[in-house]
Amino acid sequence: MSHDRFVYVTYIRTTPETLWDALTQPAFHRQYWFGMHIESDWAVGSPWRLLFEDGRAADAGEILEADPPRRLVISWRNEFRPELTAEGFARASFEIEAVDGSVKLTVVHEMERTGSKLIEAVSGGWPRILSSLKSLLETGEPMNRGEPLRAA
Amino acid sequence: MSMDAVFKALADPSRRELLDRLHARSGQSLNQLCEGLSMTRQAVTKHLAILEQANLVVTLKRGREKLHFLNPVPIHEIASRWIGKYQLGPLQALADLKTSLEEPNDEP
Repeated sequence: MSHDRFVYVTYIRTTPETLWDALTQPAFHRQYWFGMHIESDWAVGSPWRLLFEDGRAADAGEILEADPPRRLVISWRNEFRPELTAEGFARASFEIEAVDGSVKLTVVHEMERTGSKLIEAVSGGWPRILSSLKSLLETGEPMNRGEPLRAA
Repeated sequence: MSMDAVFKALADPSRRELLDRLHARSGQSLNQLCEGLSMTRQAVTKHLAILEQANLVVTLKRGREKLHFLNPVPIHEIASRWIGKYQLGPLQALADLKTSLEEPNDEP
């Protein structure tokens, strides 16, 4: 099976527990996810929605695996660009590993098809979100705050 | 992850060529990466190790294959360090203009 798949890795000076909270709590999201936040109870089978500041859903899906503070896997569908919604669900996984006093975060975003516009669209967003997350957890200040995110 | 390691890794044209290939197609095996390159397999392996140490390349096991991916996060961190948050838009427009004017030149 051919895949479109992107991988993002960042090392953050924090603990796995704090990083898990930063990935799952809206108060954290709002600080580094360009004003957006995710609503979910993070239980396997539960829905999640990434919301713009005005309350519209940007993306949504279901929690496929949750093993705090180590591993989170979610299905992911764009909800605001019809041509991307039509592609259906992608899959995003978050792996958290403690490495030498830091935490390694690996994000894999993939779809079982090639030429996915969704995967292309999120590929512009993840490096910015992860840099901002790292900056927030290490310095207390997010990066590029307030800049609108155009990606999916 | 030190910025020194990223700059050292990027300072070599062969390593930049490997990153270009991974940018064109993300998720390649060592065999795929070696195809059509003038470098020996040994040299590619050595360069990939340096790129991995700098976190510019990450690998994932998928079945029996080890796939290599370009990790853009360290490059974004370098850019963010010196580019102000309001400059990104105009700079992207300039970069797009340069790309369109220089096509089909592959050298960035």
